Amino acid sequence: MRVTVRLFARLRDLAGTGELTREVPDSATVHTLWRSLTAEMPSLAQYERTMSVAVNAEYARMTAVVHDGDEVAFMPPVSGG
Amino acid sequence: MAQVAVTSEPLDVHALTREVVRLKPRTTYKDEESVRPKPDTTYGGADGAIATFTGLVRDHNQGRQVRFLEYEAYVPLAVRALSLIVEEAQISWPTVRLGIHHRIGRLDIGEASVIIAATSPHRGDAFAACRYAIERVKQIVPIWKREHFEGGEVWLEGATADPEDEAAKQVAHRIACA
Repeated sequence: MRVTVRLFARLRDLAGTGELTREVPDSATVHTLWRSLTAEMPSLAQYERTMSVAVNAEYARMTAVVHDGDEVAFMPPVSGG
Repeated sequence: MAQVAVTSEPLDVHALTREVVRLKPRTTYKDEESVRPKPDTTYGGADGAIATFTGLVRDHNQGRQVRFLEYEAYVPLAVRALSLIVEEAQISWPTVRLGIHHRIGRLDIGEASVIIAATSPHRGDAFAACRYAIERVKQIVPIWKREHFEGGEVWLEGATADPEDEAAKQVAHRIACA
């Protein structure tokens, strides 16, 4: 199944793009997707312990199961205000 | 105008204040007819206080001379996070009405990046809810600033956003009620 990946701020800069699509196996979790992204782009891994994730624009956990067509976002620590 | 918003348009704290006041019906009395029409400069009726906060782009940060800031957001989630902050404040200060607008895109020195308006029958609750809201904005709203300074540029990173982090929520509460 296919999911859309969204990356923001420095994660976007490190990946060189803010949006990409990836194939993931059935019953994959956010963590599965993250593993495949960091295998491809090792520099992203530095954010593993400080980032937040969202599925379809709702905050989610790394253990959340993803579905075909989902949008999964990886976000560095925020700095609004 | 919406109660919460993430926008590339310049922010208007007076318009937001009017919007927030409008959310609350004014107290009406039997002899309402005898009340004189009010000029545009008056607000509400049940409210005794408005507290507002305006965050500005500063020309210096950590010893660097800042040229301008660029704000980026995950807009749909940022709007949800702002709504969640309004709901949280409603639980702690039930008489308060809150509005929060955050700007994104390029902002020059002196421009407003975030505005908050809180109205309440009494000043204490309005001040507290307003302070709580800005602390929570910095904790959980997916917005990032890229600082362009003399000699370079850098993404600023603050808190790991987690709306369910009770410890962070307590910190915001303690600051609001200090």
